Amino acid sequence: MSLVTPLKKARGLGSAKAGTHHFWVQRVTAIALVPLTLWVAFTVAALSDQDYATTLTYFSSPFSAAMFSLFIFTAFYHAALGLQVVIEDYVHHEGVKIGALIGMKLFLALTGATSIIAVLLAAFGS
Amino acid sequence: MAEFKLPANSIIKDGKTWPTPTGASRVKNFKIYRYDPDSGQNPRWDTFPIDLDDCAPMVLDALLKIKNEIDPTLTFRRSCREGICGSCAMNIGGSNTLACIKAIEDIPGDITISPLPHMEVVKDLVPDLTHFYAQYASIKPWMQTSTPAPQDRERLQSPEDRKKLDGLYECILCASCSTSCPSYWWNGDRYLGPAVLLQAYRWVIDSRDEATGERLDNLEDPFKLYRCHTIMNCTNTCPKGLNPAQAIGQLKKMMVERLY
Repeated sequence: MSLVTPLKKARGLGSAKAGTHHFWVQRVTAIALVPLTLWVAFTVAALSDQDYATTLTYFSSPFSAAMFSLFIFTAFYHAALGLQVVIEDYVHHEGVKIGALIGMKLFLALTGATSIIAVLLAAFGS
Repeated sequence: MAEFKLPANSIIKDGKTWPTPTGASRVKNFKIYRYDPDSGQNPRWDTFPIDLDDCAPMVLDALLKIKNEIDPTLTFRRSCREGICGSCAMNIGGSNTLACIKAIEDIPGDITISPLPHMEVVKDLVPDLTHFYAQYASIKPWMQTSTPAPQDRERLQSPEDRKKLDGLYECILCASCSTSCPSYWWNGDRYLGPAVLLQAYRWVIDSRDEATGERLDNLEDPFKLYRCHTIMNCTNTCPKGLNPAQAIGQLKKMMVERLY
């Protein structure tokens, strides 16, 4: 039998004084992804029947390389924020939860960085 | 982790079917969840055929008829029988509502009645709402001021400011909304849930209350507030027709507003 009062349980460890930044950035990146995704989709469609050399040339435009890099950064950032919510919702073992959060963020950082560097390599022509 | 294997006593077995009343022309079956934790038995569905020509119109009337005339061991909460006390909140026909203001004829076919979802069951249709009430107490649901009250009168509020409380003050804390919310099911230990957040917002926007900042400080938390994913079950199920999801949306908006 627990002698802890219901109010102490309800208050728990108190407010973390955080969460608004996560909430706000998730929405801002969602809105930013609307034009970025449209742009990437149209570009990929336009390049689909071009050869390798033409496609590489395309990335040498600073604007194109910037748009692609921004798209990748925003998409991976948004995915990390969203997956964090999913993990916090469903994983209730503290250790597993922290491990899953760190693992997920490291994985997205690695795959995101690799994608952006691929765009930069194409942009700088090596 | 999410639990995939449920405890043994969560399996509901078929229970007793009571005899159909003789000479009845309009019979409705009430399938009611029965559970007595002290008995060591699993919960069961008992079926009570009720003659609608010999029963008042609301679901609560049928429950009272069953308790008075058929099975006095049926356990449930009720008090005002007019939708203002919130005692008889339960899951009727698959959604949370108040038995006293839910008409029997609004539900086609057999009527299933079970306690508010995902709460510990005390007995039959009585859920344990201790944590829910403690969460309500944790948001300090009373007026907090530093300015002393006027000597000769109450604290004044303009009609426009009073209007802001419409759609909030009507909440009777029946817990229908909170117990319909999947986020509250999975994280109810830390997430405050729609009812308590609606009440928190009610004090945040009260023009007479002076603790607005402290109230928002106490809500700013990934679990207390931000477990709300705008699923909208709360608004769909509220027996008083209120909109807790909108109140939570307003709280989130104020959180962003004070950042920029």
